[in-house]
Amino acid sequence: MDALSDPVVLARIQFAATALYHFLFVPLSVGMGLIMAIYVTRANRPAARGDAHAQALARFWVRIFTTTFAVGVATGITMEFSFGTNWADYSRFVGNIFGAPLAAEALFAFFLESVFLGVLLFGRKKVSPRFYTVSSWLVWAGSCLSALWIIIANSWMQTPAGYEIEDGKAVLTDFFEAALNNSTLQHYAHTVFALLVMGSLVCLAIGAYYLLKDRDSRAGRSMLKTGVVAGVVTTVVLLGAAHAQAVEVAQYQPVKLAAMEGQYESGPMELSLFGWVNEEEQTKFSVGIPGGTSFLASFDFDTVYQGLNDFPADEQPTSVNTVFQSYHLMVALFGVICLVLLLGIIVLCGKLKDKKWPLRIMMFGWIAPIVAIESGWITAEYGRQPWIVTGLLKTQDAVSQSVDATQLLITLALFFVIYVLMYVAWLRIFLRTVKRGPEQFLPEVEAEMAASPQAGDSKPTDGMFTAEVSGQAHDAAVATGKEA
Amino acid sequence: MSGLAVTWFILVAVLLTGYFLLDGFDLGIGVLYPFLGRGEQSKAVLRRAIGPVWDGNEVWLLTAGGALFAAFPAAYATSFSGFYLAIMLVLFGLIVRAVSLEFRAHDPKLRGVWDATFFVGSLLPALLFGVAIGNVVAGIPLNDNGDYTGTFFGLLTPFALCCGVLGLVHMLTQGASWAAVKAPREGADDLRDRAASLRRLLLVVELVVFLLVTCLFFVTVVPTSTVGLGVTALGVVFAVVYALGWVMAMLRKTSDPTDDIYAFIGVELSAVGLVGILAATMFPNLIVCSTDAALSITVANAASGDATLAAMAVIAGIGVPLVLIYHVISYRIFRGRLAKEDLTY
Ligand code: HDD
Ligand code: HEM
Ligand code: HEM
Repeated sequence: MDALSDPVVLARIQFAATALYHFLFVPLSVGMGLIMAIYVTRANRPAARGDAHAQALARFWVRIFTTTFAVGVATGITMEFSFGTNWADYSRFVGNIFGAPLAAEALFAFFLESVFLGVLLFGRKKVSPRFYTVSSWLVWAGSCLSALWIIIANSWMQTPAGYEIEDGKAVLTDFFEAALNNSTLQHYAHTVFALLVMGSLVCLAIGAYYLLKDRDSRAGRSMLKTGVVAGVVTTVVLLGAAHAQAVEVAQYQPVKLAAMEGQYESGPMELSLFGWVNEEEQTKFSVGIPGGTSFLASFDFDTVYQGLNDFPADEQPTSVNTVFQSYHLMVALFGVICLVLLLGIIVLCGKLKDKKWPLRIMMFGWIAPIVAIESGWITAEYGRQPWIVTGLLKTQDAVSQSVDATQLLITLALFFVIYVLMYVAWLRIFLRTVKRGPEQFLPEVEAEMAASPQAGDSKPTDGMFTAEVSGQAHDAAVATGKEA
Repeated sequence: MSGLAVTWFILVAVLLTGYFLLDGFDLGIGVLYPFLGRGEQSKAVLRRAIGPVWDGNEVWLLTAGGALFAAFPAAYATSFSGFYLAIMLVLFGLIVRAVSLEFRAHDPKLRGVWDATFFVGSLLPALLFGVAIGNVVAGIPLNDNGDYTGTFFGLLTPFALCCGVLGLVHMLTQGASWAAVKAPREGADDLRDRAASLRRLLLVVELVVFLLVTCLFFVTVVPTSTVGLGVTALGVVFAVVYALGWVMAMLRKTSDPTDDIYAFIGVELSAVGLVGILAATMFPNLIVCSTDAALSITVANAASGDATLAAMAVIAGIGVPLVLIYHVISYRIFRGRLAKEDLTY
């Protein structure tokens, strides 16, 4: 009951909930954006312009991508303003440094995304196939850029740099030092590749679903293959980035490292596989490799790292076990992702042909990366507590003093209702689109291709879409000599 | 007060103007949607008129918010936390609005729901932005940490509410003008003609509200203002700009479709005038404190350090031209009146 009247707790719950929710959709946008751009590019190659299947596949991915993107936008707007609404004292303290990346994100990334998203949605018949392809890549590039700027902002909170404290405020001294602080690049590489893994596994899952239902096995095979190839490449890179990130944490965020491994006394750090931290007795039960983490971070099993007890009690994370568990969950899920991809490779090689279970497993493979992504953020953000800006400002000193618990409770409830409804609505459309498959676009594509220049006017098809002579369909028909 | 800080005051005003010019017309269309959209055809035209551009338009708000955060953190913190519930209502509006068009297109069974959220999601921001501005001008009680000490209902003063209505009506005028620009000349349930007549009607209503706000300003705000707000030379210049835009829009014939674009430009010009009047009246204050002038948030006491402002100037110097190029590309691709075959959404 106490917690419900404490504005700090409520503000934290609200931020955590809205950020984690936003981050259910961001991985889909960034990850599937790449897949979409790949399919749009394939469909718009001159050789493929008469290929109705390739066109339908591209439209399918554009549709899935854009409906998901809309939710990403909707939930992102909340995040942008939450610093002012819920964290006013934080904003006063860091505004000199923190606002610039947010403004830059809007200028450099959001405009790029939104303008070319408009082209993707409405411009197919108005621009050339090449311009359309470029637009799809620009939308994706925009989403990667937005990730960069927001990660710059976030990593500054983890490892502040390029500032000095003046009148109780952090004041910028060197923009590049602040932007490229000790953890920016590791954070960025690790996050973006995690998102791309997510996109690949979604592609893989949809492909597996079609093969399982034996519907349009051409689309199914294509997606399975794209998913596996993209998945393998991104997972390999992800491992490197994850390692770099862990090394960075070991070097610059010792408290977080100790919490991640649940280590209270200083000494060589274990690499746990799984375990449990008893915070009251300050003990840990775990199964793991002694000195393993020390080895990974420094190539020496005996390197000594500080334990939690080396830090003042009020500078230790409040929930060590949460940090420990979420960290190990993420690492374990990396293993799961590798297994799913391995299965994909085996199926692609033509083994296990008549078996259904590999496809069933792959259909649910995407759960691993999204859970890993969320638990990764929980590790990073809980591991930083009680600081909101490591070493400079505590979370409890950062909230808006003019916002009371009642207001927070009201908005929390509203967020809950709206977000649940939005999720249901999005899921309906997503599943409906997937179920109907790329072939839902075939009539439309074929009608466009069939429409000859002489036929002139528009020709209605299934009510929702209107087919017409388009430059693109016309070119395609000419290129392939296809007759109406 | 450094030169950079003053420059950023102007730049934030410019970003807000960009937002008002662009998102104004699509919020306006959202509010007019149930009224102008008589049948499926005219509804489709209205959605499509803003479909490719509304998201980019909204990013101006994100940019302005980010710029305010970076350049004047204290103003950002005080206004967003002080107007907490109002801002949250705006956010909820923007959230449901952002998904409405996309979801509506792909979920035939729930069309009615998404039409409704599109309307409500447009109405809340269109109304509440003005209320917030009214409060910033008239002054709100602040403590020495810069926190708002009043209540939610304390924000609903007659002056602030009238400012809200002025903002709303102006956006409606923008929306009607844009609908007239984009609607097919014929068909679509006479949308073009209805929108053009509505434009003229709304212009008259707007003038009445504008005069009301002006009177309230001089009667209730000026005498009690702790920072001595009043008439400034630049404010008068922008008032003239506003009037010019209004006259330019008013003089255009509602019967002549080729006039629509000029009427729209007139309405947009008057939007520039409105933001200009606001900025000229407020400078150098950002948020007036109604209890003690010394606690007001001003350009001088809220500005970030010069290093930040300089870095931001470089970012804006590179970013804004790019943004303008994107907009030119987008508005060129989707220029002209809509035709039947455009209505795929
Ligand atoms: C597909 C998702 C995914 C997978 C499989 C992994 N991670 Fe991860 N991890 C993330 C997704 C992620 C993330 C969502 O991207 C985080 C959250 C914050 C961040 O920057 O990246 C993250 C954070 C994060 C952090 C915290 C960084 C900080 O607080 O500064 C560390 C140390 C690691 N990761 C290390 C690993 C290791 C050693 C992995 C296994 C080999 C691993 N991650 C797999
Ligand atoms: C979208 C990905 C992100 C996720 C999933 C995420 C997750 C979280 C979580 C779970 C918390 C709550 C921690 C706690 O209450 O103990 C939190 C807190 C916070 N995070 Fe993040 N975070 C994300 C990105 C960011 C970014 C990019 C920033 C800054 C730009 C940021 C700033 C904060 C702030 C201000 C808090 C509130 C203070 C606190 O409770 O720690 N977060 N975040
Ligand atoms: C708490 C910090 C965050 C804030 C303030 C924030 C802000 C926003 C805003 C305002 C939007 C809507 C943009 C529009 O209208 O077009 C958005 C969307 C987006 N954000 Fe976030 N965001 C946060 C966390 C993140 C993180 C950590 C990432 C990536 C690593 C990210 C990536 C994106 C992407 C790619 C989009 C585009 C929409 C989508 O793809 O779903 N965001 N964000």
